[in-house]
Amino acid sequence: MHKLTIAELIQGLRNKDFSSVELTRHYLDRINRLDATYNSYVTVTEEIALQQAAAADARLAAGNAPALCGVPIAHKDIFCTEGVRTSCGSKMLDNFVPPYNATIVENYLRDGAVMLGKVNMDEFAMGSSNETSYYGPVKNPWDTNCVPGGSSGGSAAAVAAHLAPGATASDTGGSIRQPASLCGLTGIKPTYGRVSRWGMIAFASSLDQAGVLTRTAEDAAIMLNAMTSFDDKDSTCVDEPLSDHTASLNEPLKGLRIGMPEQYFGEGLNPQTAERVHAAIAEFEKLGATVKSISLPHSALSVPAYYVIAPAECSANLSRFDGVRYGHRCDNPKDLEDLYKRSRGEGFGEEVKRRILVGTYALSAGYYDAYYRKAQQVRRLIKQDFVDAFADVDVVMGPTATSPAFAFGSKGDDPVAMYLEDIYTIATNLAGLPGLSIPCGLVDNKPVGLQIIGNYFSEAKLLNVAHQFQQVTDFHQQTAPGIE
Amino acid sequence: MDRSDIAKLAHLARIEISDATVDDVARSITDVLKLVDQLQSADTQGIAPMAHPLDAVQRLRADQVTEADVRDAFQAIAPATEDGLYLVPKVID
Repeated sequence: MHKLTIAELIQGLRNKDFSSVELTRHYLDRINRLDATYNSYVTVTEEIALQQAAAADARLAAGNAPALCGVPIAHKDIFCTEGVRTSCGSKMLDNFVPPYNATIVENYLRDGAVMLGKVNMDEFAMGSSNETSYYGPVKNPWDTNCVPGGSSGGSAAAVAAHLAPGATASDTGGSIRQPASLCGLTGIKPTYGRVSRWGMIAFASSLDQAGVLTRTAEDAAIMLNAMTSFDDKDSTCVDEPLSDHTASLNEPLKGLRIGMPEQYFGEGLNPQTAERVHAAIAEFEKLGATVKSISLPHSALSVPAYYVIAPAECSANLSRFDGVRYGHRCDNPKDLEDLYKRSRGEGFGEEVKRRILVGTYALSAGYYDAYYRKAQQVRRLIKQDFVDAFADVDVVMGPTATSPAFAFGSKGDDPVAMYLEDIYTIATNLAGLPGLSIPCGLVDNKPVGLQIIGNYFSEAKLLNVAHQFQQVTDFHQQTAPGIE
Repeated sequence: MDRSDIAKLAHLARIEISDATVDDVARSITDVLKLVDQLQSADTQGIAPMAHPLDAVQRLRADQVTEADVRDAFQAIAPATEDGLYLVPKVID
């Protein structure tokens, strides 16, 4: 059953090939047997999952159940789940049991999806390797000496190891697409504001966006349909008409105009990764697409702009963790200031502290114009590059990451080397555009991803483009060695 | 960034940085700021700062009470409360 896609599981449940309880037990059994190798789950919610599966079976038997009813999924541990510990990968929230559900968690509950558990992540979603998690690093199922990517590394490893057919995730600078690339999955970050952020623990509020990691584009479309809603509780959630992301999956790609940004194929890109990406784009030409070279001239400034804006917003967002209302509190504080400083000093890991300090610096008196204002101006230039590009092309294609998965510890303690890991994904977040990564081959027996960036609210188009590619290729069907 | 710069930032951010790690923190933050300094090469004359990807403005709602009282649920997960209040060390003698 774990070899089936979500689309196939939906059919199997309706054909009564298996029940949701049987399917859920099967996945729970796999998690219990195999996840010690990958460390993808922080919390397995066995009891809840079996209750939800039984309820789903009753709805399925009654007929008219929503598409995802009875399908087990995993939630990134950044989404608040009522009564279930939500750690965000941090010691700060090791004891945090939210009194409410995130909107997207509610949406999946409404549709009858079954929660298998909460999956591991870089602390507060800050990282590209999953090495910053308080719960230890997640292993890449393709090579357990290598990172799964981050921050949604638990989501990616769980799906790649067939410990969940799909998982929720979030992407602030590449945290869905880069793990998708490194673990051989399909991952989509929707347009900023398309999916509610309510109940998703905030990192950088003008960049954060929830999405999904699955094995196929069709599965991503199904999961995104359930996830997406207009939400009054998130003031940045956009009130655009909702579309059925599965409706246009089968549209032919004849006439599709693809732009290849010259800046995404320059120095720093692994030559074999470049080869796989070029081959994938050639496949689209066979499907009737036209390809042209484009320029995104401010690309090189996206990482520097991000590392002002994201830390600035994080320093403000994470000020809520004060040891007073919830989360970690130090022992025996001598006064209020000591309580704040030690609770935060003990509760946050090194990378989180670093970003809070950088953000505090960028926002401090005398530096605001030179850093924050400047970064916001550059952000507009980066967005304008894409606006200009989309006047001539329908989608932009390039690599998702510079190379396949790297070994644990290989970036040493150099934060800048790790930050540059997201060089091709960050601009999309700064511009607020939707982006997707699909597997397009192996390098050194490890997957590499093709990134497809679309115009605002073009999620259905991106999924259509990815689905058509997956109809004529089998990269998405390749499974990590040793996955039984 | 030297030790005193980090001490000042750590105070502003209300984060304790141990003496043992302060040099490492100073070094890594200096590296990040070097990366960020590349921004100065961009000509941004006359470019309006962009705070929101879609240049959206704050959505307003009617000034009505819509939330139920959930104080008990929220305080159930607090480190220390008493009589519906959050407890912190004494602030004023």
